[in-house]
Amino acid sequence: MIEYLLQALTPFHIALALGGVIAGTVIGSLPGLTATMAVAVLVPITFTMPPASALILLGAIYTGAIYGGAYAAILLNTPGTPSAIATTFDGFPMAKRGDGDLAVTLACLASVVGGLVGALFLLLLAPPLADVALAFGSVEYFWLAIFGLTLIAALSKGNLLKGLIGACLGLLLSTVGVAEISADVRFTFGSEVLLGGIDVVSALIGLYCIPVLMDLVATSDKHLKVTHAPRGFRLLESLKISWRYKFNLVRSSVIGTLVGILPGAGGSIAGLVSYSEARRTSKNQGEFGKGAPEGVQATESANNATVGGGFIPTLVLGIPGTPPDAVILGALLIQGVRTGPNLFTGEGSIVYTFIFGLILATLLMLPTGLLIGRYAYRTIITVPKAMLVPTVAFMTIIGTYAIRNSISDVIIMIVLGVFAWILNRAGYSPSPIVLGLILGTIAEQGFVQAWTIGSATEDLMGMFFGRPISIAIVLFIVFTLSYPMLKAYLVRRKEKSHVA
Amino acid sequence: MNKMAVAAFALAATFSMTSVAEYPEKSVNYVIPFGPGGESDITARHQQSFFKGKFGQELVISYKPGGGGAVGWSQLNRMTPDGYNIMGINLPHIIVKPQQKDVGFKTDEIVGVYIFHYTPDAIVVKNDSPFKTLQDLIDYAKANPKKTTFSGSGKGTANHLAQVRFDKMAGIQTTYVAFKGTGKAVTALLGSQVKAEWGYTSVGAKHADKVRMLAVAMDERHPKFPEVPTFKELGFDLVSGAYRGIAVPKDTPKALQQKLSDMIGKINADPAFKAKMENDGMALLDIDKAAYPAFIDKMTDVYLNAAREGGILQ
Repeated sequence: MIEYLLQALTPFHIALALGGVIAGTVIGSLPGLTATMAVAVLVPITFTMPPASALILLGAIYTGAIYGGAYAAILLNTPGTPSAIATTFDGFPMAKRGDGDLAVTLACLASVVGGLVGALFLLLLAPPLADVALAFGSVEYFWLAIFGLTLIAALSKGNLLKGLIGACLGLLLSTVGVAEISADVRFTFGSEVLLGGIDVVSALIGLYCIPVLMDLVATSDKHLKVTHAPRGFRLLESLKISWRYKFNLVRSSVIGTLVGILPGAGGSIAGLVSYSEARRTSKNQGEFGKGAPEGVQATESANNATVGGGFIPTLVLGIPGTPPDAVILGALLIQGVRTGPNLFTGEGSIVYTFIFGLILATLLMLPTGLLIGRYAYRTIITVPKAMLVPTVAFMTIIGTYAIRNSISDVIIMIVLGVFAWILNRAGYSPSPIVLGLILGTIAEQGFVQAWTIGSATEDLMGMFFGRPISIAIVLFIVFTLSYPMLKAYLVRRKEKSHVA
Repeated sequence: MNKMAVAAFALAATFSMTSVAEYPEKSVNYVIPFGPGGESDITARHQQSFFKGKFGQELVISYKPGGGGAVGWSQLNRMTPDGYNIMGINLPHIIVKPQQKDVGFKTDEIVGVYIFHYTPDAIVVKNDSPFKTLQDLIDYAKANPKKTTFSGSGKGTANHLAQVRFDKMAGIQTTYVAFKGTGKAVTALLGSQVKAEWGYTSVGAKHADKVRMLAVAMDERHPKFPEVPTFKELGFDLVSGAYRGIAVPKDTPKALQQKLSDMIGKINADPAFKAKMENDGMALLDIDKAAYPAFIDKMTDVYLNAAREGGILQ
């Protein structure tokens, strides 16, 4: 082990990890440029490197990009990558009230913790944990998506009915275009623009960022409230907050790692699930959505934990845990590296050198993240509105185009954005729509596959309600839905017994 | 329209006189109509380094995913037809999709210059599967109609059409479960959700420690898997797979199309390229520009018949 650690600490590898984290953070902070894109663009550079070095560079870019997504989420209310959706819920309110610098530093600390937890699982438990990826079948994804839909309650900010309407709209939007597995062409109304469906990232940019821009133009308020001189990193304060909510950090990181292992779930789901868990178990539930630091911590630790988690099935089974992992796996194939359990036993020099390199990159994220974060915050608060709005508007268009090199996505993004602005006036928030859009596809595919297999084996009930993991998820759904009532009942009983 | 034709003609005229001999003078934009990390991407990446080595210019890969490739192909003929914009094409997608519904392009509007390889279909089972031979699977399927479940990548795809054709040849009824991409189909097999997978020889190469192949849909045995029989040997005339090639916008000058076709042929002829591709479980194929139309006609018959029988097309 020590020799692998030393191999990871050569000046070349340290330079790769540092460069990768910086490049990743910057790319990830631009809305539309996702971690997958960041990795794909830089793959050709790695062809001439030895496999372990290539992996360190790509892993560093990946982990940096996931963290970078937090900046735009906190400062512009726009998730830079889908992983940062839940970061907007409390990050942007924090920034609004003048705590943007604190939120950025908290996000950095949480990302480092999450990244380290994920990497440690990868280092110590990869082969046994990879089996989780296989135990999770179509029907489990279906139930996971249904569980995800219970988050509407948490995301609809007070008005459940409007939240449900928004989620239904999102589910409907997820069916537009050529269906992923049945190849049916649905709801395109003969238009080529809608053929490719509604991409989640372009929807994110439209639904979150455009309304912010329109409000900036429509009102004379400053973008973010600034009542004081810059206060440095506010690192000590952040460390105190992180320590106070250390269980939240650890729980979210573990959730993130586990969700990362599941191919087909990914950072967005990990962030949302741990956000709702943080909210459910918190003493300050009322603060969530209004700028609770715990919300930012939960999402940011969970999404960086998916990096290590996602590498588990990628390296052990050759099955990519997340979309960026698919790209990294492709790069390894071209290098001639065969993934599999042998990689851990026979070719430890590649895999363990890489894991130590990933840990190194995660640690380097602390200083670089703090510095870049402070720069991003200062820029956003000092740039005059007349410059900020056109610059961000330009970035949203470039970013949306870059997702699939498609002008259709730009049109969809703008239409959705204007639509979201109108809905915002009527009290609808964008999050349930996005939730429906992301989960709709997962639920549909899982359901169709489970139904097909279940009917073929003439055991539909057993398929949907007979598998242990399914049962556990279904019970958890029931628990989550009944929890508020249960809690209210317990409180009432307690009060009664006090009276008596 | 007229203006376009004139411009194209002018472009063609200038090219035929000057640039063909020097082509490529700058990097070539290679659009993959799928996301990064898939097999279309990986094969393109294999070509990338050989292109640079042989012709001195970069082959720059970009992605235009969506609609199972339809988004890219519907925009192919609107790219600048100067030889510096090329796009990956996949069979059976470009044949079956336009027949299903209006997807923004027609098969005969795509100008292919080369089909350079195919990934042969194969029936894949887990190492511990009770099916030791193809006959075991057929026997089981005969005794238990529909209960033999196969995972596979997508509907109307190579995997799916192979399942439809093989069911008919063997006189069996099996159930095909479509997954999004080969990665998820393999996961379903390894997780024992299905009894077998209609996958590719590349699955056998990538997951060699966990799976076996019962038969491969090739003319002759794959050099990497000399112990796995072909369907042909076992009496089923099934040679199929996911074919990949390169197309250009339709107004690209003919001379440039020919040169590009020759260039891809040169990459295919490189033994190092062949070795890399075969190690990944793929098989090279040389359908150049001249042979392309006849090949598409032949495959159109095969695929559309299978698709009609399988109820994919009405």
